[in-house]
Amino acid sequence: MFNVDKIRQDFPMLQGKTNEGKPLIYLDNGATTLKPNSVIEAVTNYYQNITSNINRGDYKLAYLVDQAYEKTREVVADFINCQSKEVVFTYGTTHSLNQIAYGYGLNNLKENDEILITVAEHASNTLPWYQLAAITKAKVKFIPLDKTGKITVENVRKMLNENVKIVSIAQVSNVLGCISDVKAIAREVHKFNAVLVVDGAQSVPHIKTDVKDLDCDFLVFSAHKMCGPTAVGVMYGKYHLLEKMMPLMLGGGMNLHFDTDFNVKLKAVPYKFEAGTSNIEAVLGLKAAIKYLKEIGMDNIANYEKQLKDYTISELKKLDNVIVYNPEADIGIISFNVLDKGKIIFGQDVASYLSKHGLCLRSGNHCAKNLWQYLAVDSTVRCALYFYNTKEEVDKLIEVLKTTTLENCVDVIL
Amino acid sequence: MNSIKDNPILKREIMMDHYESPRNFQLIDDNSYRQIHVYSQSCQDDIKLQVLINNDIIEDIRFEGNACVIATASTSIMTELIKGCSIKQAKEIIENYFNMINQKEYGENILKEAVVFESVGRQVNRISCATLSWNGLKQLLNENEES
Ligand SMILES: Cc1ncc(COP(=O)(O)O)c(C=O)c1O
Repeated sequence: MFNVDKIRQDFPMLQGKTNEGKPLIYLDNGATTLKPNSVIEAVTNYYQNITSNINRGDYKLAYLVDQAYEKTREVVADFINCQSKEVVFTYGTTHSLNQIAYGYGLNNLKENDEILITVAEHASNTLPWYQLAAITKAKVKFIPLDKTGKITVENVRKMLNENVKIVSIAQVSNVLGCISDVKAIAREVHKFNAVLVVDGAQSVPHIKTDVKDLDCDFLVFSAHKMCGPTAVGVMYGKYHLLEKMMPLMLGGGMNLHFDTDFNVKLKAVPYKFEAGTSNIEAVLGLKAAIKYLKEIGMDNIANYEKQLKDYTISELKKLDNVIVYNPEADIGIISFNVLDKGKIIFGQDVASYLSKHGLCLRSGNHCAKNLWQYLAVDSTVRCALYFYNTKEEVDKLIEVLKTTTLENCVDVIL
Repeated sequence: MNSIKDNPILKREIMMDHYESPRNFQLIDDNSYRQIHVYSQSCQDDIKLQVLINNDIIEDIRFEGNACVIATASTSIMTELIKGCSIKQAKEIIENYFNMINQKEYGENILKEAVVFESVGRQVNRISCATLSWNGLKQLLNENEES
């Protein structure tokens, strides 16, 4: 049974912490999430009890850490339904996307080839493609979004042609919170022998993920958005694609042999992508995070979040000083602005006022700077829910939003 | 006149007024103006500032942009204070402003309406809003001296 009160007890950050002296209400889960005790313990356990480097099982301790590290690969594989050799540890979504852009893109793109993205993509799913296009003289094109900000299969189909080599989209937009039909899009993309890269940063933490079923070619995500540590993430890729891909970084741990004649032999997939000492503690933390999420159940998480999201949107809609930009959101990412005398209050002024009441929400463009021509505003305030948030917290947000005026925002610094 | 500093209602009115009807708010297409574009690294504040300096006098100062209440009002107030000043006077005002922000001694009479930002440090993350244009102006004046 899903019991949010019980769940909250697992999170030290939810035990009487404050923000500006008021009880902390954390609604910035799109940026990063809070960590349960089991994850914190997994990280500290590495430092307190099992510190040593991986890849060198010369002594028992190192062997044990190596085992625990490799075990995480299996846990991730089980979580997203792939083989463990298809799981590459990276420093996060951003690193994963750069790895794909350069590692796959440089070898497979030429002049006039096309890369399809959307204006809703995060900077990390935009800028590597711009750079790749600049180097290879390929072109980045934008799949149009529909009225609600969704990527439709129809629009993907319209943009596909023989020149398209890569399509890279978020399964869930970090501003609009809608779920793309990855499975249907993959089918279309594959008709043109292009590869489909899926940015799962905002989807993997919230909904069940099955890469076999989705049939995407790559899926990337970050541990810190799913109760795990910062600076560790995953790049899933179909094995035959990973085999053909160049590592973005070279160094220790990923090579088998090199000599002064410049012969270099790399390790097999996935190890050839993991140069240098990795974030071992965070990989072990990721394992604990996945275990934690699985114990609660991804379906339970998704159901609970959907109810809370529906409740939040319906309450926000009752406020006549709030505009919600994505009332059709599928998951708990809600973008809005507050009006005073019909004029939008600058997002940062709103966020500061909310902060005064303990509420942590982010304002701005949320790293999706291409989206704003589409929404016709510069920025929004974003409420991003996770399964440990409650109706009472949403009620507090609504109550404070009712009193959000320009005057009150100014008073914050008087 | 009562001290602005001790009158929160007046402070709020001044800030709102400068936000809703910012002074010197329109750029000019004229090469004799020096221009700087300042923007926040962490939020959306984005302001362009222009000054016209002749014989060490700041004859005109203008701005445009899209920014929060604090950044907009602090820029508007700054332009009113600085317009017509000599470079030396302007530098003195700027120095006093930063002293105020950093909780050091400053001249209330020199800063006039700018004292409304006296306690902006209550929300540390807003200090950058209140100093964005002031830093820009500082840089413009320095560049002017170097050239
Ligand atoms: C959709 C999306 N993609 C990519 C990223 C980048 O993730 P990271 O900063 O963990 O690399 C984020 C995080 O903000 C995101 O929301």
